[in-house]
Amino acid sequence: MFMFERALTGSRKYWLWVASLLFVVLAGSLCYVLQLTHGLAVTGLSRDVSWGLYIAQFTFFVGVAASAVIVVLPYYLHNYQQFVRLTLLGELLAVTAVTMCMLFIFVDLGQPSRIFNIVLHPQLKSVMFWDMIALGGYLLMNAVIAVVTLTAQREQVPVPGWIKPVIILSIPWAISIHTVTAFLYSGLPGRSYWLTAILAPRFLASAFASGPALLILLCLALRKLTGFDAGWEAIQKLAVIVAYALAINIFLILAEVFTAFYSGIPEHEEAFRYLFVGFNGDYHLVPWMWLSALLSWVALTLLLVPKWRNNIRLLAVACAAIFVSIWLDKGLGLIVGGFTPSPLGAVTRYVPTLPESTIVLGIWAVGALMITVFYKTTLSVWEEN
Amino acid sequence: MKITRKDFLRLSGLGLLALAGKKAVRAVGERSFASSSPPKKRVRWGMAIDLQKCRQKDGCDRCIKACHSTHNVPQFADRAHEIKWIWKEPFKNVFPAAQTGYTREFFGELPVLLLCNHCDDPPCQDVCPVDATWKRDNGVVTIDFHRCIGCRYCMAACPYGARSFNWQDPRAAIAMVNPDFPTRTRGVVEKCNFCEERLARGQGPACAESCEEKAIVSGDLEKPDSEVRQVLRSRFAVQRKPELGTGPSVYYIV
Repeated sequence: MFMFERALTGSRKYWLWVASLLFVVLAGSLCYVLQLTHGLAVTGLSRDVSWGLYIAQFTFFVGVAASAVIVVLPYYLHNYQQFVRLTLLGELLAVTAVTMCMLFIFVDLGQPSRIFNIVLHPQLKSVMFWDMIALGGYLLMNAVIAVVTLTAQREQVPVPGWIKPVIILSIPWAISIHTVTAFLYSGLPGRSYWLTAILAPRFLASAFASGPALLILLCLALRKLTGFDAGWEAIQKLAVIVAYALAINIFLILAEVFTAFYSGIPEHEEAFRYLFVGFNGDYHLVPWMWLSALLSWVALTLLLVPKWRNNIRLLAVACAAIFVSIWLDKGLGLIVGGFTPSPLGAVTRYVPTLPESTIVLGIWAVGALMITVFYKTTLSVWEEN
Repeated sequence: MKITRKDFLRLSGLGLLALAGKKAVRAVGERSFASSSPPKKRVRWGMAIDLQKCRQKDGCDRCIKACHSTHNVPQFADRAHEIKWIWKEPFKNVFPAAQTGYTREFFGELPVLLLCNHCDDPPCQDVCPVDATWKRDNGVVTIDFHRCIGCRYCMAACPYGARSFNWQDPRAAIAMVNPDFPTRTRGVVEKCNFCEERLARGQGPACAESCEEKAIVSGDLEKPDSEVRQVLRSRFAVQRKPELGTGPSVYYIV
């Protein structure tokens, strides 16, 4: 595609990075072929825990995609000029994240060859159908916005007027993608861990913490690798937003814990017990969940104190901690917790297998590759100007 | 009059819109017409399972065998991958709320027969993105094995754990294939179909037929004089998780 030829020139180091990503993509593809031939039996999924790493990654990256709104909204609605460059980087991150989401759904399907049934026989009562509409629309919007913006910047002309309404529409649309994704879970009877009205708000809070944290990390990496500076003030502003979102996320989780344990209703308690203290003799997720909680608190402390937040190293540590913390909470605990204990009270341990994890890594590598190409293209346009 | 390119595009766009609008109006019209026609007599298949009769013979699994061999249900040793249409679970897991510390002593471990509840308002049907599972006119919740994309959303939605997924090729694990019923392919969801293929031939469900103790009584829940209604009139029966509003069609006489 046009402009992407700019990603075809680079240093030895750059090509080494691209080659290693391609290698991981290849490994993931080979494992997917294995899954295609033998069925999803090659994963760690079971009759009781019928969704796992794939759907968890999907959920997590919908959050990353939605978080682009955190840079888009201040720039376009409040004319916050500091975010001018972050906005485009955020939109490109959204395009990447939505693509990853679609791949995660695809590899989770038992009959991938029938995927077009979603279009041929849509069922309007299914939240999954609406999630597809939301994600597809969001992908298209952000791709168009990013390409149009970058083209205008290359030609050094103002962006065409018609793109403005698209950008404005993309703001509520970003909220919608994560709301609809939360509704996938929160409307199911009999899954107490998900059956909570604050699931969508929780999803948004955790998204607005983890997505911009990733964006900050990417900016810091660009600064180190290419010397590109997104602007310290902009990054600091983003860090403050991340801190607030993280605080709200922690608050919402604690509110859930209160309701579950003060009411004492067994089925509301059980999933929390399973995740944080162990249930029926199974403790294997307990250390991960506490690690997630610990990392969240550490990151919040680091971000709340201005001196620490202003320190580039500590800021990087805080952002990495948030990313890992929310990945564990949303990418692991949320899905497995919803399925455990099963409707018949069984605790079935879910451990991802090697092929399953390799497929996930392969999709991550696809994402990293997309971000590499997108950001390289963008930076080369900016350098020219 | 000269038609410019712009006019042409505009006109054809309008034409397409009008066509789409007509189709939409038609579809809506058909729907409202259908609802105004006299209501069809409802049929709703259901069953009552007498747990006392069911446990008369210790370890009896005739109904399970009858169902699973009739429907080519594969037998996998690995619990994670097992497929089951009808099976037994201890009472304490099936009715966690319907017991006190004292009744648990006696009832807790007693086996309860489980199968799809063929809900009146099935959550599995609502969530299916491709309309591959739905409630038939006779109340049976069924699956189109050829349309299912294997997303397993229905398994997450079912509050009864009634659905199984084919994690691998099921055909290798079927001892003897019944040629009268389709085998399934890898990657689709399946569950009890209330023997809809037998109902169509005027027979009752295979599980009920195979039970020598006559512990399973099936019939039309909408028909006041059906056998199942007579049983439910005379004996106290419960449903699984009625508080969820799904309206299970399987009743248990404890």
